[in-house]
Amino acid sequence: MTFEKFMFYLFAGILILAALRVITARNPVHSALSLVLVFFSSAALWILLEAEFLAITLVLVYVGAVMVLFLFVVMMLNINVDSMREGFIKYLPIGVAVAVISAIEMGLVIVANFGPDKVPALVRHGVEYKNTESIGRVLYTDYLLSFEIAAVLLLVGIVAAIALSMRKRPNTKFQNPSEQVLVKKADRLRIVKMKTEDRQS
Amino acid sequence: MNDFELPNFALALPEMFLLGMTCLVLIVDLFLNEKNRVFTYLLAQLTLLGAVVITYYQAGIVSEISFTGSFIRDEMGDILKIFIYIITAVVFLYSRDYLRDRQQFKGEFYALGLFGVLGMMIMVSAHSFLTIYLGLELLSLSLYTMVALNRDSEASAEAAMKYFVLGAIASGMLLYGMSMIYGATGSLDIAEIGSYINENGISEDGKINIVLSFGLVFIVVGLAFKLGAVPFHMWVPDIYEGAQTPVTLYLGAAPKLAAFAMIMRILVEGMQPLVADWQMMLTALAVLSLAVGNIIAIAQTNMKRMLAYSTISHVGFLLLGIIAGNEDGYSASMFYVLIYALTSIGAFGMIILLSRSGFEADKLEDFKGLNERSRWYAFMMLLIMFSMAGVPPTVGFFAKLWVIKAVLDVDMAWLAISAVLFSVIGAYYYIRIIKLMYFDKAVDKAPIKAAVDMQFVISTNGLLMLVLGLFPGALVAVCQSVIN
Repeated sequence: MTFEKFMFYLFAGILILAALRVITARNPVHSALSLVLVFFSSAALWILLEAEFLAITLVLVYVGAVMVLFLFVVMMLNINVDSMREGFIKYLPIGVAVAVISAIEMGLVIVANFGPDKVPALVRHGVEYKNTESIGRVLYTDYLLSFEIAAVLLLVGIVAAIALSMRKRPNTKFQNPSEQVLVKKADRLRIVKMKTEDRQS
Repeated sequence: MNDFELPNFALALPEMFLLGMTCLVLIVDLFLNEKNRVFTYLLAQLTLLGAVVITYYQAGIVSEISFTGSFIRDEMGDILKIFIYIITAVVFLYSRDYLRDRQQFKGEFYALGLFGVLGMMIMVSAHSFLTIYLGLELLSLSLYTMVALNRDSEASAEAAMKYFVLGAIASGMLLYGMSMIYGATGSLDIAEIGSYINENGISEDGKINIVLSFGLVFIVVGLAFKLGAVPFHMWVPDIYEGAQTPVTLYLGAAPKLAAFAMIMRILVEGMQPLVADWQMMLTALAVLSLAVGNIIAIAQTNMKRMLAYSTISHVGFLLLGIIAGNEDGYSASMFYVLIYALTSIGAFGMIILLSRSGFEADKLEDFKGLNERSRWYAFMMLLIMFSMAGVPPTVGFFAKLWVIKAVLDVDMAWLAISAVLFSVIGAYYYIRIIKLMYFDKAVDKAPIKAAVDMQFVISTNGLLMLVLGLFPGALVAVCQSVIN
């Protein structure tokens, strides 16, 4: 076994174990942290495939941004896990049976057709090869349309999130900066003339 | 690197126009107060009108592929797109007063509706699996949000949640199937997939490459989910009932056209050589949809739920034409889906017409004695229901006839017989509504009020069922010429 193969099995094993932890952990925070490990291990697998740009993006975007937000939400919402687990045991046997049967069926098809001897060996590039550059080149040429549609998809996501969560409350207190800036001395300050008092002696 | 060819952007002019205008609608809406919100609506209608004009003038004779094989402009796409614009425009018109009466008249409804139209256009014009998937997601994301837009209603929130979860599963299935096909053929381009399957898909002794049929199963499951064919129909009634009527109207009509285009692109253009495989799967889906849709609809007391089951049975009919597996069948299917979309906006339009502020006419008994209240609208509803049931001389009869004839032509008599049988069962619940309208006493005697344009369009919609039924020639010719 070469060192590379060893690394692959190591990370793949960690990935599967962590993925199992995501769905079996009792505490949602632990689930979210296991998911971080899943992303991290798959990033490592991508590095083994020489896709370092994708791997770094996965860590930066998913681990760095998405999962942190996710953890934040999990901690804020105080989800009642026990109520979500109701019926877990009841449905477990049938769920496991369906999963095992379909995994075996899918495995038979996939192993028979995409085994190591069926797929051409990985092309290894030299040090000077930059996959960031090659992704960039096809992204803005061959996949221009898909790239643009994905951008629209994100815009719809923003519109949807705002439309669903923004509520105008009639009694909200807010500041109006332009009024604040334009305020005159006369608006705030009243000068009152009054007689000076005699000093009490 | 130098072999990159600049795409022919002009082919995607309708899409670009629609996207630009939708962004304009979004921005303009920000500066409008409640009183002037009607401008958002007018701008949305103007956008759809402009898109009709551009697509119409762009319609050429030859089909062209651009954006490195991921986009196609052809006549089938043009016709479907024009119908999508028109149907969406009618949906916007029907829903305007309804939303205003319920303080739901928001710019987001129109912006998201237009984004959905863009998604449908992309699905119609897609020429690679990637574009199909992205278009589908664009449409679905808009639909999920529109269902949830009525935030104070628990039913809407529940419907949106169900729709989102099941839609995500369906997308996952579809994507998994696509990845398998990509693994087997090494391409996402539909034309390349088609030619690969043609050459290498089936071995000398007639065996189909197992990875291809494996991927095909997942793709068909994904498509069936999106169409709402049995046994992947569970979401349809709940979402039709839970969503606000204008949203139900929107998601029940135009997306079916896009789904038809998706089937044509993936199964017919991409995997025609595997026809024996997908024919069998679609046959099971079609027969089950016809049976479940028509039989369960009888037990419904809620109009929207009943129409949801009726949709399921119509999906069965739509699939019948595709099962025929020849050009005549595809044209029949296309005709059917166009007519179905027109009929269903009519039926939901009537629910909106009878509803008023604080009252939702979505129960069957709300249609009782409609004839006493308004002879004209009762007659319109009669035409729409006859068309759905397939009673001559309405157009629904002709659409069903053509599909059944296409199936008979390929010697699938038992399929045709079961389709007719289930249609007869289905006719019961459509005609029950006509009985309620004409022979029962009205419970609710409130006058029916509607804006002039709404009255005009809903009358046109109803009369169209009769006119197209008497003179289907033009639309039939269009459907035949674009498929060939």
